[in-house]
Amino acid sequence: MSFSIASPAVEMRHITKRFGPVIANDSVDFTLERQEIHALLGENGAGKTTLMRILYGLYHADDGEIRIKGEPVTIHSPKDAIARGIGMVTQHFALAAPLSVTENVILGYTEGFRLGLPDARLRVAEAAQRFGILVDPEALVKDLSVGQRQRVEILKALYRNADVLILDEPTAVLTPQEVEQLFEGLRRLQAQGLSVVFISHKLHEVMDITDRVTVLRGGRVVGVVPTAHTTQSELARMMVGRPTYGVSKPDAARREDVLLRLENVCAEDNQGLPALKNVSLNVHAGEILGLAGVSGNGQRELAQVLEGVRSCTGGRVIANGHDITNAGPDKVMAAGVGRIPEDRHESVVAEMTVAQNMALEHLDEFVRNGMLDKRRIREHAEALIEAYQIKARPDDIIRTLSGGNMQKVILARVLERNPAVLVVAQPTRGLDVGATEYVRQKLLEQRQRGAAILLISEDLDEILELSDRIAVIYEGEIMGVVSPDVDIEHLGLLMSGVHQT
Amino acid sequence: MDQAVWLTFLVGVLAATLRVATPLVWASIGEVYTERAGILNLGIEGTMFLGAFVGFAVAARASDAGFGGYLWLGLLAAMAAGVLMALLMGLLSVTLGVNQHVSGLGVTLLGIALSLFGFRLVFGESSVLPSVEPFGQFSIFGDLPIVGQVFKQYLLTYIAFLILVPVAWWVLYRSSFGLNVRAVGENPEAADAAGVDVYRTRYAALAIGGALMAVGGAFLSLAQLGAFSPGIIAGRGWVCIALVIFARWDPVRATLGALLFGAVFALQLRLQTLGFDLPFEAFLALPYLVTILALAIAGRNAPYPGAYLKPYRRE
Ligand SMILES: Nc1ncnc2c1ncn2[C@@H]1O[C@H](COP(=O)(O)OP(=O)(O)OP(=O)(O)O)[C@@H](O)[C@H]1O
Ligand SMILES: [Mg+2]
Repeated sequence: MSFSIASPAVEMRHITKRFGPVIANDSVDFTLERQEIHALLGENGAGKTTLMRILYGLYHADDGEIRIKGEPVTIHSPKDAIARGIGMVTQHFALAAPLSVTENVILGYTEGFRLGLPDARLRVAEAAQRFGILVDPEALVKDLSVGQRQRVEILKALYRNADVLILDEPTAVLTPQEVEQLFEGLRRLQAQGLSVVFISHKLHEVMDITDRVTVLRGGRVVGVVPTAHTTQSELARMMVGRPTYGVSKPDAARREDVLLRLENVCAEDNQGLPALKNVSLNVHAGEILGLAGVSGNGQRELAQVLEGVRSCTGGRVIANGHDITNAGPDKVMAAGVGRIPEDRHESVVAEMTVAQNMALEHLDEFVRNGMLDKRRIREHAEALIEAYQIKARPDDIIRTLSGGNMQKVILARVLERNPAVLVVAQPTRGLDVGATEYVRQKLLEQRQRGAAILLISEDLDEILELSDRIAVIYEGEIMGVVSPDVDIEHLGLLMSGVHQT
Repeated sequence: MDQAVWLTFLVGVLAATLRVATPLVWASIGEVYTERAGILNLGIEGTMFLGAFVGFAVAARASDAGFGGYLWLGLLAAMAAGVLMALLMGLLSVTLGVNQHVSGLGVTLLGIALSLFGFRLVFGESSVLPSVEPFGQFSIFGDLPIVGQVFKQYLLTYIAFLILVPVAWWVLYRSSFGLNVRAVGENPEAADAAGVDVYRTRYAALAIGGALMAVGGAFLSLAQLGAFSPGIIAGRGWVCIALVIFARWDPVRATLGALLFGAVFALQLRLQTLGFDLPFEAFLALPYLVTILALAIAGRNAPYPGAYLKPYRRE
């Protein structure tokens, strides 16, 4: 037998995929070597997810061919892909919420008719241990935080003994520590033979974990480079097609009047356990107050209380002079609170159009003679699309928008009303460099205008970059309020529950 | 009432409760499986109807031909008819993605029409209602007083309560098929990405459901009556739809719901004979009123399957 170099784990050639008029992938070549961690980079809508969904059998390419370990294959469904050792963690959660972690992990990957749940639980726990993923196999997925759900997703793919693992923005919802854990696990698995496709908008992660980078722009490959031979700014330039700068924070705009006041707010989580314990915060006009903390420490509940979708069990919330304690979302909005919720897919109606979603929160203003005024709705949408540079048409179904454009729609809907108070949760999660910059710029503009902004984010860099003051939350308690030039280690201690001395 | 009369009354009500509940247990567990897979099968009424007719027609003809196992043959034929109806429902709602209310009602109309048409075709317009010697009743407690009388039931009743319910529960919660069913009903995208064939699972759940519904119908014609009439199902399918929501899509709770309905039904039957001064329609309406009431109370915040009514399309 003659010696030959092992053929690549995956080769995709001339992959083309159209969605109606949109060419999501335009004759894309992509090669994943064995035991390689390969980044797929590109702006929102560049076609990264589409390419990987084709590899995983969720979409079918209009043209092109796929080889796995040198062998030409046709992948009809995820089942085929799984059988060929490909695993994928999809960008949006693909979990059945009322089922347990174990059930979700073993779903579609069971032997025989009997589930054998006790054994399965042990196997899942063992796999979780091996891959360094902290998750309770018996918990129900619906009770888990976004970060925990993501972990289940990763575990699910790894549990299937994949030797090619596609991670579509796996770190978007993880804390820095969790990201580090994940990377350690990936390196260990890589040494054991795993090849990884890693999609992320965070360039420092790409520099840290990957061996090579393929950059997509507008559905085409614009370059393939070894990570060691490139820099973050070069990657950013390749992605956007121009140099990027980042946002700069103008001077303080803080005024004396407090527009958002929380007094000893208490609330429970979905299981009825205390999630917020006597939270008191003041946000002034013209100020961004960052709320830092490790995922799952009450941020979600706090945001929900302020959005009017979770009731408090104690305390008061005063916004813009109105008592909005336990008021519904309509009263909260009427009080001048703008809300940008954590899960952007939950704050739009997926099957409705961009124009309809933009009008949705204030339908009463789009009524004429008791009927919806379709023309007004459309004109309103056109104006916002223009003003906020959204790449979409009024009649597009919002579900088909890229993450960045969907977030712009939500932003436009909220900001056009010049809210006195803004409650913003994870505003740039999953957004590309350009869109992230855009959103942050808009928030700073609101600050200059005099809005009181509560910025809830698990992205510490974001908090440090934008905030005037930083409050740290741990297990539902405010550990302290510090200034953004605080020693980062001190901040880390607060986030892990060590009290300020 | 003296004690003996009171006891007879009680025994009668209890025995009737089990008997009335039996077809509801079969059909509502069938509906539980279907709905757990994300499909509201409003074809249930028509499927029960067709099951009752096909079961009876095949049994009657087999009996004429002198075949001893005619009842079982009828039952098998009913199940086959139920599966066919379910496959039609699948074609409409799973493959073609037609609105489930519309396709379900269509299937029900078809099932009823086919049965009535088929009945004329097979039996003509004879003045005597055709009949067969139905399944007999027996008691697992022999001639013991009271329990022996309460548990003098049909084999299909025993199978429903002692075998179907636990097996249906086990398969739904403890088998890989059941997990697939729950997953495709909850989040078909997730199931698909995990390698589960969403369409096949939905068809399988529908087919099982259809077979069970048909047995529910055939129980009436082959066990309880030994005959077929246009009024045979009398809305039992719709009752099952309510029971399933009341049961929060759980086979055991569905059984409890069926027993509750059965009890009220049995009670009103006896009360009618006691000569209260009320029109008998009021008694007849009672079980349905109780169903509505139970549904209103227990069905609030019902955790509907996540993909209820939603056809699945991979983009
Ligand atoms: N199911 C679909 N129907 C119609 N258009 C789609 C669909 N999926 C993707 N697209 C379009 O194809 C293009 C590529 O989308 P894709 O999701 O692959 O981008 P991406 O690089 O993964 O972006 P992001 O960073 O936001 O995840 C976009 O223009 C998008 O709107
Ligand atoms: Mg994507």
